[in-house]
Amino acid sequence: MRGRLPALGSLAVVAVVLAVLPFVLSDYNTYLAAEVGIFFVAVLGLNILTGYTGQISIGHGAFMAIGGYTTAVMSRDHHTNLIVTMLLAFAFCFVVGLLFGLPALRLSGAYLALATFALAISVPLLTDQWSTYLGGTSGVQSSETKSNLWIYGAAWTASAVLFLLAWLILRGRVGRAFRAVRDSEIAATASGVEIGIYKTLAFGISAAFCGVAGALYVMASNGFAQPDEFSVLLSLQLLIGAAVAGLGSLWGVLAGAAFVGLLPNISTSVPVVGNDHGRDVVYGLLVILVMLVLPGGFAGLLARVRSLVRT
Amino acid sequence: MSALLELEDVEARYGPIHALHGVSLAVEEGAIVAVLGPNGAGKTTTLRAVSGTVRRSGRIVFAGRALGRTGPARAARLGIAHVPEGRGTFSELTVWENLRLGAYTRRGSIKQDVERVLTYFPWLSERRRQQAGTLSGGEQQMLALARAFVQRPKLLLLDEPSLGLAPVLVAEIFRIVRELNEKEGLSVLVVEQNAHLALQAAQTAYVLEAGKIVLSGTSSEIRADDAIRASYLGY
Amino acid sequence: MERLKAADLGQIVTGAFLLAGAIFLLVGCLESSNFATYTVQGVGVGMTYGSLALALVLIYQATHVINFAQGELAMLTTFIAYQFTKWGLSYWEAFSVTLAIAFVLGTVLQVTVIRPVQHRSVIATVIVTVGLFLVIDGVVNWIWGGQFQTLPLAFGFSSWDVGGVFIEKYYVGMVVVVLVSLTAVWALFRFTKLGLAMRAAALRPAAASLAGVRVDVMLAIGWGLAAVLGAVAGLMTQASPLSSLDPAFMQPVLVYAFAAAALGGLESPAGAVVGGVAIGTFLTLLVGYVPQISSDLQLPLAFAVILVVLLIKPSGLLGRRQVERV
Repeated sequence: MRGRLPALGSLAVVAVVLAVLPFVLSDYNTYLAAEVGIFFVAVLGLNILTGYTGQISIGHGAFMAIGGYTTAVMSRDHHTNLIVTMLLAFAFCFVVGLLFGLPALRLSGAYLALATFALAISVPLLTDQWSTYLGGTSGVQSSETKSNLWIYGAAWTASAVLFLLAWLILRGRVGRAFRAVRDSEIAATASGVEIGIYKTLAFGISAAFCGVAGALYVMASNGFAQPDEFSVLLSLQLLIGAAVAGLGSLWGVLAGAAFVGLLPNISTSVPVVGNDHGRDVVYGLLVILVMLVLPGGFAGLLARVRSLVRT
Repeated sequence: MSALLELEDVEARYGPIHALHGVSLAVEEGAIVAVLGPNGAGKTTTLRAVSGTVRRSGRIVFAGRALGRTGPARAARLGIAHVPEGRGTFSELTVWENLRLGAYTRRGSIKQDVERVLTYFPWLSERRRQQAGTLSGGEQQMLALARAFVQRPKLLLLDEPSLGLAPVLVAEIFRIVRELNEKEGLSVLVVEQNAHLALQAAQTAYVLEAGKIVLSGTSSEIRADDAIRASYLGY
Repeated sequence: MERLKAADLGQIVTGAFLLAGAIFLLVGCLESSNFATYTVQGVGVGMTYGSLALALVLIYQATHVINFAQGELAMLTTFIAYQFTKWGLSYWEAFSVTLAIAFVLGTVLQVTVIRPVQHRSVIATVIVTVGLFLVIDGVVNWIWGGQFQTLPLAFGFSSWDVGGVFIEKYYVGMVVVVLVSLTAVWALFRFTKLGLAMRAAALRPAAASLAGVRVDVMLAIGWGLAAVLGAVAGLMTQASPLSSLDPAFMQPVLVYAFAAAALGGLESPAGAVVGGVAIGTFLTLLVGYVPQISSDLQLPLAFAVILVVLLIKPSGLLGRRQVERV
């Protein structure tokens, strides 16, 4: 993904598989596949911030919340077309992301992580504050719901579009500036890169992507936006997804999205662990295992495999 | 009689970068040996290879013991004190705490060792409670030396002691090093860009270039040879 | 050449603020008995937040990793203490055994799960702690979940009547126990050879190894100590009759500890403790005196505090400005 579109062949394969999948899978599995698509968009966005620009965030679930609520509220109050709400979510979250990115400029490393953590916890609680408009704990219901097949299509189409957008952004000057910020802020400033602009931009873009993911997420929850759906755990999931994905690879993002989208649901079917808690334990152990074995994420693994193949 | 420290065909790398290409040298017991050469020649890497701070291959024997995969902490316990480039003093700790840290590997009372150190660096006792970071560059270098000495090492690895210091201070530091060598029998392997000073203190010298030893000999030989001085040592 | 200033202006201003705050509390206590009761409560819970915050800071200082599992680890050790009381030990016997177990647990976790990743990637290490969070949470729920259980009260539930003011014994007890453990840890770092080595390993690991310090071992011990501090926080949180031994009980405390650490500065152990007490008293007084603010709002308030502090002073109230050497 670093300025090099993955081989057209592999893209074609992916496209074909995605097109065929819903006809092969059960309705529930189509729903799972849609979830993977949703996480793909979110992890893609978060990766732009953490992977390419080196800024850590444990709060992007908050942007998913904002995007999701945008969809639900617009649909409930104005019966807006759901696709249009996705665009609105994108735009709105972009602005909010920029607004958050500005003060966040003064923070770095763990302090930034804590600030984003604060964001992740506070935003869902805001729905309680404006409960007349935002429904409080009972949430907001959109005026229409869509089938799992529709959501699957919307999620993966959005993924394709946003992937292309990400590729365009990252291959150019902006992408280089992002990487310069990540590698060394001092060197970047010395080379004339306006760090502030790019860091803020990275926040805005990643927030926008997560906003779209949030919109889709709400649609996938029967059009229902609820604060519980957007807890801190969601932000942690996104971070796990980004870490498993690693940096710089389409396949990595896919792997990360599949990891957080599928594993928590699949662990239930492992016979040893019949209950919810067992599932959490298994999932947690898998997370630990993956990080121990692949600290560079899936992309790191691919890079190693490629270099082995070359020699 | 075998030397205190022997390097044979030592190679070292930083990831993909090959820094040392087969370096062989020896430090006799009680000697001061200098490693000279231009920037980037691998002098610091040579010291790091001895203390185990960098990955290396080849044969390194210290006091009759082969240092295979020994890391720096173990090397310190075996009697190697490495004063790195930039001194390695703990700015946030006090002078006294820095010295105490030097005694980390020693068992029992360190009172005698500390008193001995204070005879070489008498000014340290008044400054014990001062934060090491507030000392001047020269004082920090001497503190680093003092800490290394508290370790009661057999071999001192000294990396660019003159870096960033005024000539008067550098001369003082070399004087103390020579004193430690003569009175305490401390063997020293010193890396220096300032060849002139190093050759005055050392008995033997090696010249390193691009990770290889290109020249070795006694310091009087090297100093006497104008051609060598001009082409390799720049003076 | 580095020349460190003894204290920069920010720290002096902060110190002044804290002093003003302390005076305000003192005067308030003397004026109003309600205020005094709230203050004692606030300081009591604040100390537990501070203990957990200190655990976070200890690990952060040495490794730049935020241990997301610190709260759950504290919770686990509290449940272990509970189990010991069910097996017949007295409260304080269980307390002591648990602290020892916590130490071992902390070091074992560091060696098995953290050490393999910590050198390679900070973010991978943080994710591992998130994984630990999930695992511990799941395990505790699996073993002890679903039932109603309580830990015997450490200090009973009575209060003293001090000239018309009701001071609950357990809050005082919390303060004393936490203070004792903090003092012990401080003494370890300040006066012992091991403590010095640990500080050196945290400050400059490369230079520390040259002095013979085994940095990896120091890190493991650091995790053990942090786990002990966490256990103290967990056990003392349960010393209040108002708390129930529920697997989620440390989650809000972790949030308050994060707030305290951010407030005090992630690199400042004193800041963590002071931050904890500050947040504890601030929130308790606020909830006590402002009827619109229910105790549910404490969590987001703590975070509002974090955000505001970080906006004004990005390295925390007592933290030093991070200077980067070019």
